[in-house]
Amino acid sequence: MTEDHHVILRVVAKLLIPLITLYAFYVHFHGEYSPGGGFQAGVIFAVAIILYSLIFGVPAALRAVPPVFARCLAAFGVLLYAGVGVAALLGGGNYLDYDALANDGPGEHVGQHLGIILIELGVLFGVAGSMLAIFYAFAGRVAEIRDEDW
Amino acid sequence: MIELFLTLAPDWALRHAAPLLVVIPMMCAPLCVFIPSGRIAWFISILASALSLFMALLLLAQVQTVPGGQISYELGGWEPPLGIEFAVDALNATILLLVAAFGVLAVVFSWPTVAAEVRAEKRAMFYGAYLVCFTGLAGVAITGDAFNMFVFLEISSIATYVLVALGASRDRRALPAAFNYLVMGTIGATFFVIGVGFLYAATGTLNMADIATRLPELEGSRTVQAAFAFIIVGLGLKAAMWPLHQWLPNAYAYSPSFVVVFLSATATKVALYALIRFLFTVFSPEFAFEGASFGMLFMPLGIAAMVVCSFQAVFQTDVRRTLAYSSVAQVGYMLLGLSLGTAIGLSAGLLHLVNHALMKGALFMAVAGVVLTYQGTTLRDFAGLGRSAPWTMTAFAIAALSLIGVPLTAGFQSKFALLVAVQDQGLWWAALLIVFASVLAVIYMGRIMEAVFFKPPHNPQKIHKEAPITILVPLWILALANLYFGIDASFPIGLADSAASAVLGGGS
Repeated sequence: MTEDHHVILRVVAKLLIPLITLYAFYVHFHGEYSPGGGFQAGVIFAVAIILYSLIFGVPAALRAVPPVFARCLAAFGVLLYAGVGVAALLGGGNYLDYDALANDGPGEHVGQHLGIILIELGVLFGVAGSMLAIFYAFAGRVAEIRDEDW
Repeated sequence: MIELFLTLAPDWALRHAAPLLVVIPMMCAPLCVFIPSGRIAWFISILASALSLFMALLLLAQVQTVPGGQISYELGGWEPPLGIEFAVDALNATILLLVAAFGVLAVVFSWPTVAAEVRAEKRAMFYGAYLVCFTGLAGVAITGDAFNMFVFLEISSIATYVLVALGASRDRRALPAAFNYLVMGTIGATFFVIGVGFLYAATGTLNMADIATRLPELEGSRTVQAAFAFIIVGLGLKAAMWPLHQWLPNAYAYSPSFVVVFLSATATKVALYALIRFLFTVFSPEFAFEGASFGMLFMPLGIAAMVVCSFQAVFQTDVRRTLAYSSVAQVGYMLLGLSLGTAIGLSAGLLHLVNHALMKGALFMAVAGVVLTYQGTTLRDFAGLGRSAPWTMTAFAIAALSLIGVPLTAGFQSKFALLVAVQDQGLWWAALLIVFASVLAVIYMGRIMEAVFFKPPHNPQKIHKEAPITILVPLWILALANLYFGIDASFPIGLADSAASAVLGGGS
């Protein structure tokens, strides 16, 4: 390759992808106080990787984040969400009763904070994994666009 | 017996039986993703289904012993009208037991057929999808929240589309069947959620018991009537109510054997349960528009399903399609029962619901055995099987007799109860049509039985080849259950009666 047609795209994308990932986690951790939460964060996180595969090609993305990883990420998200519920059961509360997650004094809501952050993290993993799996399922079917066809 | 069971059960299981019934399969489903081996996923599925069955038994025992006959579980510790509630009474305890019991039987039976029909790398995920479907069905049956019911309905449906499509490695027609089912099922779910939205707009609550207390003062409201119409169409699609059943024959004919056994016994039954829940608990037969819908909508549609689909079943050359059309006809019997609006009518409909699961489960299991050993589901493939696979085919014959409604089988008990209920309302013509549809059942099952027992084998080199033991054992459990509940029907009749009185008596 003598010249790279997409040098600007690639450089800008390289700059953006870490920021997008960071922003996903910002949306997640801020979801408690402002609009946002696990679902949006998961989509944004997946978008970072989808952008990578659009700019650098699906094979490169498949090497970086293999489909097995996407599937396992989604499954882990569900397990995390359901697991928080079971942890509440073991703590002596009802299913998904976050108050049972921590030994709160009167007026404290540590358990509620912990519970919502953890289940939203589960949603984040679940959504990001599923989005990627869906993207790979469709993107894997079409042949790569060659450089000359741009 | 019940007391002993309740005292033996651990304390945490008694307290948390309702959520655990749903959560155990829900957590085992993603576990299957991490496991490369289909056989281990199979063990996990058996374990999860068996634990759910245990929880369902606990719930049933609790419902029968607690005063008031109702269990309520607050999810997340939020009180019911605001929080999501799992509410169990005699009606859904029965449905939960049905779903869990068939989950166990179907999954035990499944391994040889899955090994033959699903590619090796997909088997673990296949069992994961089954567990998701199981979670959804159990969730629909257990929840006391209208929107939560929609979510679980979609969970089970989406898993079902995947499961049906996996039949493609045996027959490519599974793909259009699954797509067709997806389109129809999504329309049904959309209608249902629009109806729930209207109800929420009119009443300001999503808890079903709470909606029920607020509806009587809104009886003339157009919003409520529109909600009713949307919910009926949506759930009617899911329950394969004639003429909304078009997705069912292909989905049943081409999906993997395990899927059709599980779905035929549970999926339409759970949708029908949701319909009953909305008709009798949320709305009430006393509302003028609902009273009219019984006579003008459910009864004609139920009878049309019975007669038309039985006719269609007669002309099929594929055994699975015959059974699928017969399933739609049987849904017609159940609709006829509930359309009477009386306790004995509803009880007869529910009894037929349970019995139909028993007989269709057995029939589809026997067909699965034939698919496994002889790779075919047409009538020609079944010719002469009575001699080469006598055990499989005897169980098939017992279930077929039960489907027809021969005395001393479970099918007779429920059809007889239905006849009594119809006669009670003085609808002699409906009684005649029930008998007529049963005669049609004699014809379409008779064609298969004739091929099986009296025709020479299509391929004379057919060797004596029985289905494997993991298929035969659940198959014979179901076949013997058909006989046992035909002779002593007190257990299912007791369940159906208490379910009907719980819905008609106390709730609304």
